Amino acid sequence: MDSEDEFMSGASSGDDFANIEDSDDDFDNEDQDLGFSQDKDIVRTSKKSYEVDFEVLGPSQIQLQQDVQIKDVADVLGQPPEAAAILLRHLRWNREKLFDRYMENQASLLDEVGLEEDASHTPSTKKIPDFECEICMSGDSDVETYALKCGHRYCVDCYTQYLASKIRDDGEAARIQCPTSGCKRIVDSKSLTFLVEDNLKSRYRELINRTYVDDMENLKWCPAPECIYAISCSVRKKDLAKIVPTVTCECKHPFCFGCAHEDHQPCPCSLIKKWIQKCEDDSETAHWISANTKECPKCQSTIEKNGGCNHMTCRKCKHEFCWMCMGLWSEHGTSWYNCNRFEEKSGNDARDAQAKSRQSLERYLHYYNRYANHDQSNRLEKDNFAKTEKKMTLLQNQSGMSWIEVQFLETAAKTLQECRQTLKWTYAFAFYLARNNDTIMFEDNQKDLELATENLSEMFEQPVEQLSAKKLDILNKNTYCSQRRVTLLSDTAELLKRGKWTFNISLD
Amino acid sequence: MAKRIGKVSSILSLTHLKLTSIQELAELTSKPPPLMKINLPNESDLHKWHIILSGPPSSPFEGGSFTLLLTLPKDYPFKPPLLSFQTKIYHPNVSNDDKGAMCLGILKPDEWKPAIKIVDVLEFMAQVIREPNLDDAVEQSIAHEMREDRKAWEKKAKEWTRKYASGKDGTSENAT
Repeated sequence: MDSEDEFMSGASSGDDFANIEDSDDDFDNEDQDLGFSQDKDIVRTSKKSYEVDFEVLGPSQIQLQQDVQIKDVADVLGQPPEAAAILLRHLRWNREKLFDRYMENQASLLDEVGLEEDASHTPSTKKIPDFECEICMSGDSDVETYALKCGHRYCVDCYTQYLASKIRDDGEAARIQCPTSGCKRIVDSKSLTFLVEDNLKSRYRELINRTYVDDMENLKWCPAPECIYAISCSVRKKDLAKIVPTVTCECKHPFCFGCAHEDHQPCPCSLIKKWIQKCEDDSETAHWISANTKECPKCQSTIEKNGGCNHMTCRKCKHEFCWMCMGLWSEHGTSWYNCNRFEEKSGNDARDAQAKSRQSLERYLHYYNRYANHDQSNRLEKDNFAKTEKKMTLLQNQSGMSWIEVQFLETAAKTLQECRQTLKWTYAFAFYLARNNDTIMFEDNQKDLELATENLSEMFEQPVEQLSAKKLDILNKNTYCSQRRVTLLSDTAELLKRGKWTFNISLD
Repeated sequence: MAKRIGKVSSILSLTHLKLTSIQELAELTSKPPPLMKINLPNESDLHKWHIILSGPPSSPFEGGSFTLLLTLPKDYPFKPPLLSFQTKIYHPNVSNDDKGAMCLGILKPDEWKPAIKIVDVLEFMAQVIREPNLDDAVEQSIAHEMREDRKAWEKKAKEWTRKYASGKDGTSENAT
């Protein structure tokens, strides 16, 4: 790819890096490796409307990105790289802001991070006659001591132990300050590597990289356990109402760049967050609530009746009502424990509201059950991966097909998984959709995909001896399923991008 | 004094903890901050100190004697000490439970600096007891009461001081 073209076209989001090439020609040919190509227009270059461009970065690339920016800033400001690194980290790698603030008031910015105007130095230790270290409160003339530019001097042992405890126990790196109370000077990487042991140096590097990725809006760690890669993608937080940026890491883990959750296309991040929250709150108890409780007619708090008396007083809003007719208790007059006022208006209204509330619960359960069902099937099918392989071997032995020829089973298993994953989230999405023509089209798409997926699933689970005869059917169905999925995702993403969906809830 | 302990430490190869805390303890017991007495509840355990604080004059804690436990973590002074009230006190910055925890900014792990001395911590603590910090309260209800009805808070704080910190438990006799 031509990284330079893409780089220059990234006008909207590439400002941060805009003058890298202008300022230093040496970096021109390195661009390709540096991941700067992430800054391009997501909408224009996407292959399908639901796909986004992204790049996977390994530790060395992450390191390189930082070094380039540090060198660049160091050159522009005429500061040593250590100082530039501290400044960049302090301002979370926002070069614009760094330059602005530097121009505005150099001294105050440098002071804020404890740097002075001339910060070039080579770290070295010193012996001071009659030295007493403020940390261990001991010392001697022959103890090696160390101080940053601030001049707060401690014995090397204490300094080292302080840094080690910060790095090892607190996981700090980029913002470790001088051990003196009130001194904000940050321990630069040169001093740090000079003082700590080798095993902590690598930990320090790791932490520095971690902070870098955390600080950059276009970078995210792959959330898979033990994974060392980061993803670079230009989708920003404000874009998330318009796009669902699913990315796949080098380690094969697919996830959402927006919220680091599993791949949840076609449902936008904000909705899945609401949905998951709702499910956590509701799903287990929803049935029980539906069966055993009523809502307070005034404040809609859910109430369980646990005694015999029909005179209910809502704990929350103190509303008094009758459990039987849901009407005002005051209307009951003296016929206290016996409700014969079923026809009163207040009771009628309350029961209507009650019915509505039950209805909304029913509606939720409709979507939830389907969501949960696909989720479970998906999990089962994931577990079945080993089983698929066994099936393939068995089929190979029985039918005399070659290993290549039985691959269609693995393909089908993969398709099934993808389709289930998508279907699962279509239900969360549909739950939040308002009723209109687009929604009806969406539900048609959903129905088609669901039907096709169930058919494929059924074929797939047939006894092995019937599978060889069904190979063509399975292949056809497999293609059909994939197509249906692409259609559903494309159509949904298209409308999302254009902001055409109407939701029954706000998207933020 | 510092010199001498320095030498001893090199012979016995004492850790930072022991050395620093012996030194600080020596200074604090001989010259404690105002209204405080320091002792070790268990002579052989340098990690646990008792601070006996006399209620500051003209505060509702006046006349009371409060015992605090100062616990030094094993990597002291690289990790902050813990400070907790053993005596109940009706104060928005001290948790009203069996922990009696105090939330002091400088004792938070990310604000702690190894060069901070225990005497600084104790002085800061006494300052907070004298002048409660309502914006950073652990006990929201007490803070609320102080804001709304200071008289009521003072009355209750005095009552607690009389009830829990009147110096009838032996340890406080030294303090007053």
